[in-house]
Amino acid sequence: MANLYAARRRRNVIATGLSIGATLFGLGWLVLILGVLLWKGFSGLSLQVFTEMTPPPGADGGLLNPIIGSLIMTVLAVLIGTPIGILAGTYLAEYGRHDKLSSVVRFINDILLSAPSIVIGLFVYEIMVFPMGHFSGFAGAVSLALIVIPVVVRTTEDMLTLVDNPLREAAFALGLPRAYVIRHVCYRAARAGMLTGVLLSVARISGETAPLLFTALNNQFWSLNLNAPIASLPTVIFQFALSPYEDWQKLAWTGALIITLAVLALSVGARMLVAQRKQS
Amino acid sequence: MATNRMNDVTDLALTNSAAVAADTASRATILRRMRGRDIIFRALTRGAALGVLLVLGGVIIALIAGSLPALRTFGLSFLVDESWNPVTEKFGALAPIYGTLVTSFIAMAIAVPVGLLIAMFLTELCPMWLRRPIGIAIELLAGIPSIIYGIWGLFVFAPFLQRTLQPFLIEIFGPMPLLSTLFGGPPYGIGVLTAGLILAIMVLPFITSISRDVFEAVPPVLKEAAFGLGCTTWEVMRKVVLPYARVGVIGGVMLGLGRALGETMAVTFVIGNAHRISGSILAPGTTISATIANEFTEAVGDLYTSALITLGLILFIITFIVLAIARYLLMRIERRVG
Repeated sequence: MANLYAARRRRNVIATGLSIGATLFGLGWLVLILGVLLWKGFSGLSLQVFTEMTPPPGADGGLLNPIIGSLIMTVLAVLIGTPIGILAGTYLAEYGRHDKLSSVVRFINDILLSAPSIVIGLFVYEIMVFPMGHFSGFAGAVSLALIVIPVVVRTTEDMLTLVDNPLREAAFALGLPRAYVIRHVCYRAARAGMLTGVLLSVARISGETAPLLFTALNNQFWSLNLNAPIASLPTVIFQFALSPYEDWQKLAWTGALIITLAVLALSVGARMLVAQRKQS
Repeated sequence: MATNRMNDVTDLALTNSAAVAADTASRATILRRMRGRDIIFRALTRGAALGVLLVLGGVIIALIAGSLPALRTFGLSFLVDESWNPVTEKFGALAPIYGTLVTSFIAMAIAVPVGLLIAMFLTELCPMWLRRPIGIAIELLAGIPSIIYGIWGLFVFAPFLQRTLQPFLIEIFGPMPLLSTLFGGPPYGIGVLTAGLILAIMVLPFITSISRDVFEAVPPVLKEAAFGLGCTTWEVMRKVVLPYARVGVIGGVMLGLGRALGETMAVTFVIGNAHRISGSILAPGTTISATIANEFTEAVGDLYTSALITLGLILFIITFIVLAIARYLLMRIERRVG
């Protein structure tokens, strides 16, 4: 008997120890990755990074053109993706909450949410780059928009589902048409949550590299022409990190730091929006 | 909030002069206009919802169309052919498929047990005040873009493995048959094992957070009953929580697997991009996504491009099946919870 107890207790201690160890292991990677990133990235961080173009190997320079390129494509992608995502999410949550189409769309959307982004890049290459005959910023923005849509659809639907039904019923009882109720009552109640979705989608696409590789390509020079190849921070990091030149690699680290800080700021911001909502 | 909304609605009733006027004819036109808008808005949202389906359909059609030349040339032997020679235009997908499966397998073999243990810590052992910070930290790990994992893996992790873990593995398993092949060859640093380890770190947060959610959904009564019988924490986990949450955990694992299979940038940095199947997991290899990322813009000729698109199609089909199973299992859990 005593033996059995001892064995059970021992097993429990081992499992507990492993569990704590696993948690430390998991957190250790976060500390390691962020630590290295801060250490390597900060040493290269200067005003120059934000004011100068990407340099040829061996020269000084910054990351201005990829930063601007990334910003333009991100904004464009959000402008394209958000309305479509919100409308589709609205259908899932309001008009067709229980119909067959919605359950299919919901299922497909969830799959698109975690589908490999490189496949999205191939798709946009096939429908835009190949027919147009050249790489372009537009194609890059469209492929990012295709990644924005599922994120926004999902959060919009979730947030609209959280809106209390009595609110809708009260509005209907006043004789308001459904579209009006959705836009002026439900959207207003779910605003913070829907904004969170958009922020999360921006966080998601600002680090995306794979779909840009063969849609927007890259550009060593200053270019705002969306109908031509355009530089973006992730692709420049990719190119610079794999190059043999030390100053390029250093810039890649700095770019990586900028992206990570932006992404973390966005996700913390999104989290705070949600927290605020819960309090009120 | 609530009073605000009320004000808006009353404002509407008061300021909408036409409604107040209550003239039957104008009321009819207004009602018709409202109805018209309602129909338009409904059609718009429905169109957008259908658009999501259209994207998926478009992806499949575009990939199939793009892969036709390669499929016509090589047929199904494309799937089992190891050669990849852009010069002679002889392509086969076996090496990338093999690399994708092996790296994902390594990743899951590490991330699943570790993820489950972390989830156990978070739901059963962790003091309340620590739960939120650790939860947030794990989610931050999920939020780091994959290119960051890539650059970190290339400059920090791979050299580290080359100095420490890999010589150690070679030395230990060198004298043993079979294992000496698996861990054979010089320590390159980059290679299949490194890619698998990085993937493990990347999918860890997904598995952890979903397992935590399904563990938390286990009715406390069940756990309390088991504790009441004198079970240890581990026994409650093993015999009550895990069986109850099994479907959800498998769903989470499949979701993580879907990520690992399709992950591109992090793998591209550290796998070495070598089109051959090596018995050793220390050797450089390639995966489907890494091959596409590395070679697509440099691919010359229709057949080369088409072969790469076919790889994309294969990847999409594999991940689609895995993710569909994951979603199906997780949906079942959600329905049960409410």
